[in-house]
Amino acid sequence: MQQALEGSQAIAKTVAQCRPQVVAAYPITPQTHIVENISKLIADGVLDCEMVSVESEFSAASVVLGAVAAGSRSYTATSSQGLLLMAEVLYNIAGMRLPMVLTCANRAVSAPISIWNDHQDSMAVRDAGWIQLYCSSNQEAVDTTVQAFRISERTELPVMVCVDGFTLTHTLEIIDLPEQKQVDAFLPSFHFSRTLDPQQPITLGTLVTPDYFTEIRHAHHRAMLKAADEIVAADKDWQAISGRASGGLIREEGAKHADTAILAIGSVLGTLREAMAQYEGEKIKLLTLRCFRPFPEDELRRMCKGVKKLIVLERALSPGAGGIIGAEVRAALSRMAQPPEVYNYAAGLGGRDMPLDLLERILKASSKPARDAFSIFDVQLQKLPAGER
Amino acid sequence: MTTPSETIEIKDIERLRAIEPRFRGLESGHRACQGCGEALGARLVLQAAGPDVVVANATGCLEVFSTPWPQSAWRVPWIHSVFENAAAVASGIEAALKAQGRQSKVLAFGGDGGTFDIGFQAVSGMLERNHNVLYVCFDNEAYMNTGIQRSSSTPHAARTTTSPPGKARMGKRHLKKDLVSIIAAHHVPYAASTSVAYPADLRKKVRRAIDIEGPTFLLVHCPCPLGWGHDGALTIEIARLAVQTGLFPIIELERGEVTEVMPLHKPRPVVDYLKTQGRFRHLFSDDPRALEEREHLQALADHNISTYGLAIDHADPLDSEEADTVRRGGLVS
Repeated sequence: MQQALEGSQAIAKTVAQCRPQVVAAYPITPQTHIVENISKLIADGVLDCEMVSVESEFSAASVVLGAVAAGSRSYTATSSQGLLLMAEVLYNIAGMRLPMVLTCANRAVSAPISIWNDHQDSMAVRDAGWIQLYCSSNQEAVDTTVQAFRISERTELPVMVCVDGFTLTHTLEIIDLPEQKQVDAFLPSFHFSRTLDPQQPITLGTLVTPDYFTEIRHAHHRAMLKAADEIVAADKDWQAISGRASGGLIREEGAKHADTAILAIGSVLGTLREAMAQYEGEKIKLLTLRCFRPFPEDELRRMCKGVKKLIVLERALSPGAGGIIGAEVRAALSRMAQPPEVYNYAAGLGGRDMPLDLLERILKASSKPARDAFSIFDVQLQKLPAGER
Repeated sequence: MTTPSETIEIKDIERLRAIEPRFRGLESGHRACQGCGEALGARLVLQAAGPDVVVANATGCLEVFSTPWPQSAWRVPWIHSVFENAAAVASGIEAALKAQGRQSKVLAFGGDGGTFDIGFQAVSGMLERNHNVLYVCFDNEAYMNTGIQRSSSTPHAARTTTSPPGKARMGKRHLKKDLVSIIAAHHVPYAASTSVAYPADLRKKVRRAIDIEGPTFLLVHCPCPLGWGHDGALTIEIARLAVQTGLFPIIELERGEVTEVMPLHKPRPVVDYLKTQGRFRHLFSDDPRALEEREHLQALADHNISTYGLAIDHADPLDSEEADTVRRGGLVS
């Protein structure tokens, strides 16, 4: 059913349709509207769920950890500082292979404090062992949320659904909200294989010596790689029910035999898609990296075949190293016989606007050989003291 | 003092065991040190709690010595996540059980580091949100798992590896945090302190806490032979002295009010306790500050005795001298 909904509201309604039994969260901008809306759905009797309003994000993650281990489908959401406060528990959840869904309303990380959007938060925990899916619209956020629960429960890996703070979470969009029976048909009730139960006591979270640690990390890595198939299958199966695809691992749009490709993640794709209209007929395509973990190397190489120039546009960086996605893309492409030349830019940091003419400007910037492997786009040097330019 | 063999026939004990065999939630064969107070404490807690529980355990010795993969000493469902979140994990388990209509009691186990210090906020949150969880803090008064560093539970003047005595210092400079009062300020239905030296008292308090629907808290004093510097055979004796001197008061609180204490008839001088342990050895040197610190610790014990009204002027079968001796077997009429 089509409705005009704020992103957070749409996500909350969708989470409710997935019938979580335990939700735990702590307020942080721009995630807050999601849990506020879930709280209201519980208060209105729409959702029957234990809502645990904790005293920190650290405890939010710990509560859902315990809840899943006790056999309940669980959900949490956070942003930025909150995600980093959760970091230790995020590793723990993934290492224990506990399935759950977390919405990250992406926001810059302090200092300097900024409540606005970039991807530094989720990038900071990219190695925690969570599946990370990035949404380019609120419709995708809705559909990806439903898929995330199935992916997570089938793989016993936690899934982080990343939606751009404000740009998506606080923006009204026409959303085709799924019917409850569609979600029920797609998402069976949750049965956790290792539930804490006095009838069959098990020990979870043991001390592991060097004799076994390597093997457990190997198994986790293998499970992440294999999850790619589940992510593709979930998108396909949900499309069969809902009529909408969210882009599998990487969405490819534009010219079939493009020699220039632009790879990006998140809501900037909406802007780039619109800007592409003026390049109708030119050999340019857009690659939406929807799935960042597991990193879809094979898919990326397949899509970069014949591409001469690949522009990687990202909203985070590793200071002193450069682009995070850019580095991973370069590593993946290095195994190609004729890899495209990679231009790597960070843009839209801390909520810096990424207007329609961004595409034109990055295409122009990359028309000459790149001086550096990576640069931050849109820096207004005159705002800095001379010594810091 | 009477011993069980004088008052109860052996066959009576066997009969009693047959009627009420004690549940072993923490099995033997784990890797705790000899005389480990924490291992004993955990075993006693589960004896009283029984098998219908789910345990969330903080990082620490208890987790390490009981679960070297692929072994586990636990006969109850048990989870360890990280150091500072046992109370929050327990909150989540409890929420899940509630959502599923399951009745098992949730227990959270943490040491003093995981409870007084790094997990303090999560404990407070759990109590405030009224989760139906019994939180048990096994208090051995320092970070033993990492090699005996001071915590906010370490007694004043005690030696640890991060509060070493030397020319300029006489051990830990600060006081032991009064955690029980902080817990009491949450107005939880039930909070108590107990000691591994008094198993009957400990088990009684566990059963009491288990029966209460809501957040309850138990502080269990557990000597650590390695960290405190004493023979493993003296664990019980030293734990008793901590109580008998007034340094570790045994109390019960309901909704923040003290309702019951273990009385002291003729409190022992604190030096009797201090001299048993290496961590206080520097307090018996010629240094004039040593006497000062001993007096300081005596004053702290005296303060506990007066604050909680521990002193009684007559012997009582439930006082700190007689308590567990009398109750062992539970047959005193």
